[in-house]
Amino acid sequence: MKTKIVIGLILFIAAIAFVVSTSSGQEIRGTISGGQKPRMALPDFRGSGDAQKFMDTFNQTLWDELAGAGVLEMVAKSVYPLNVPQRPQDFRPPSGNVSNGPWLTDWSNPPVRANYLVFGYTGVQDGKIVLSGWLDNVTQPDPSSAQVFGKLYYGSLDADGAKKVAREFAADILRQFGAQSLDGSKIYFVSDRTGNKEIWSMDYDGSNQHALTHYNSVSTMPAVSPDGKQVAFTTYALGNPKIMIYSTETDKRMPFYNPVSSAVETPEFTPDGKHLLFATSLDGWVQICIADASGADMRRISHVRAIEVSPKVNPKNPTQVAFISGRGGSEQLWLMNIDGGDMQRLTDGEGYVANPAWSPNGQFIAFAWTKGYEPGNYNIFVMDIARRVPVQLTHGAGRNENPWWGPDGVHLVFSSKRGPATQLYTMLADGTNVQQLTTRANNIQPVWSKAIN
Amino acid sequence: MRPSSRTLCAAVFAVLLVSVTSCKKKAPVAPPAPPAPTATTPTPTPAAPLAVRINSFTAEPRSIERGQSATLRWSVANAMDISIDENIGAVTANGSRQVFPSATSTYTLTARGGGGSDSRSVTVEVSSGPPPPPPPAPTASVSGVDMLTREAQDAYFDYDKSDIRSDARTALMHDADLLKRVFAADPNFTVVIEGHCEERGSAEYNLGLGDRRAQAAKEFLISLGVPADRMTTISYGKDRPVCTEASEECYQRNRRAHLTPGSTR
Repeated sequence: MKTKIVIGLILFIAAIAFVVSTSSGQEIRGTISGGQKPRMALPDFRGSGDAQKFMDTFNQTLWDELAGAGVLEMVAKSVYPLNVPQRPQDFRPPSGNVSNGPWLTDWSNPPVRANYLVFGYTGVQDGKIVLSGWLDNVTQPDPSSAQVFGKLYYGSLDADGAKKVAREFAADILRQFGAQSLDGSKIYFVSDRTGNKEIWSMDYDGSNQHALTHYNSVSTMPAVSPDGKQVAFTTYALGNPKIMIYSTETDKRMPFYNPVSSAVETPEFTPDGKHLLFATSLDGWVQICIADASGADMRRISHVRAIEVSPKVNPKNPTQVAFISGRGGSEQLWLMNIDGGDMQRLTDGEGYVANPAWSPNGQFIAFAWTKGYEPGNYNIFVMDIARRVPVQLTHGAGRNENPWWGPDGVHLVFSSKRGPATQLYTMLADGTNVQQLTTRANNIQPVWSKAIN
Repeated sequence: MRPSSRTLCAAVFAVLLVSVTSCKKKAPVAPPAPPAPTATTPTPTPAAPLAVRINSFTAEPRSIERGQSATLRWSVANAMDISIDENIGAVTANGSRQVFPSATSTYTLTARGGGGSDSRSVTVEVSSGPPPPPPPAPTASVSGVDMLTREAQDAYFDYDKSDIRSDARTALMHDADLLKRVFAADPNFTVVIEGHCEERGSAEYNLGLGDRRAQAAKEFLISLGVPADRMTTISYGKDRPVCTEASEECYQRNRRAHLTPGSTR
């Protein structure tokens, strides 16, 4: 019974809903696979004895973790009923219209209209904080069928312990909704904080920043292999721009044979990790090519007198390549087969497009576009590849470029110049919950890798 | 205290006295006489030593070029102590040694023994060989670098374009004449055509656009008779701007092809 509920739940919400303004100003709701985010009620927990001192920290942490994951719609606390359960046995069915205590319909009916309720309390046992937490599906008829799970969590009796139990509880809740943990995922990016552009890496939350390259040259445009074990990038360390590949496990350079060309740039791994797509100057124009992971057996894919860069392979459909092409005017987002056939333009020809990035499920492309703005004033857009409707996520706050999907398919990392320098930010794929990750010098061109297993 | 130390002294004296007298007691046996010489056995008279003789000492070949080797060979008879100078040292009676003299050298073989000594010398002539190569030429002749730096004109482009405008055409015609003069004066001189872009485009596309601008300038210079094999191109995209202001004037200054001296051929 419980398993069925969870599976149904995951199917129900395995999607993100966008509410956005189109360029015409008309509000549309773009639902990605027919679902909506489940509505979650999270009343404040109380603590008994000394545990109460840390409950502000606990309640804030739990709320932030659930709200920040992007898979739930958090119902504002102002509409919650006054009578809040602390344990499942607190539920009392009403007698007709007369309330006998907390009940499921208090939460499922207007004004709350929640699908789920998180409740519980903390206490002190053997000098530790103990959290008793439950997740209930309040649309069920009775408390026994409503309970999704209940669990005990233990932490030190201080603010850190309160945060720890809140995070562990949040992780268990989010797992029920198919949200993937970002723990262990890495972001590779370009920073000029040493005075030269080098490839850097950091944890997904901005911690543990360190340089991967030390060429004192210009090293840019990183790409990461699907297994997270290799980073390819463009560098002037050899003279003209060339591709280099580094192992992220040893921080050492790996062999790659560049074609003889005045420019080789924008490397990208295929989903099987066995090939590299890149752009290289051929007959006077930078064109899309493919080679094996060592650079051997290079084949040209596109054949046009135009500049074409940034090839990106659909992770779920390896024959589909998104790229940027200047054919026919200003550079736009295009789609083609990996053999060069079936060329289609995805953007409408307005403005200038850059930096396509596929979502992990292969259904969306995030990109930077100047549509509606002056040249150079890029904003982040996301396009559903089936419906081909672009959705604008940033709206002129700074110059926004280089979007890249988190391995959870819910977050994006991107660069934005909102002050004197360009910094990296994350946001949810609906444009909300923007968080700044970097602060030193300029930081650009992030790519987000899943944790190495 | 005092009486006991006096007693100790007396005891030590007594022990010494006893040991002296006991030595005297063991002395009476006289050492045995050496055996009488057997005067009847005749002492063999040593034969007169044979004369030390160097049979041969040669160098093959006698003359070499610097860096090559010669082989010394020798044969000595009746000698105990045989050596060759020039840091070779002691050698056996018959042998050979490869030598690498850097200049003409005379090797002296000395042999000594009971029968006197002998020495002989051999000279290996070393010729100087071909002269060493000259030091690498400077990256470009000073006059060519100066001419290019002073006189070359940048070719400017429209936004997001690599077409040669009429003003760029004029600049490149001037540059073609300049390059022909510089190349004529210095047969090793080469030129790098840099392609640059302004900051508004994306980094990825600008790297391709800078490459295209450099290629377009090179193609135009080739059409004016500048030899293709003395020109290379590089795109810096928007990574090496000459100015950073957000103005059309600055944007235009960065949308350019620029000539710099290359490495010599």
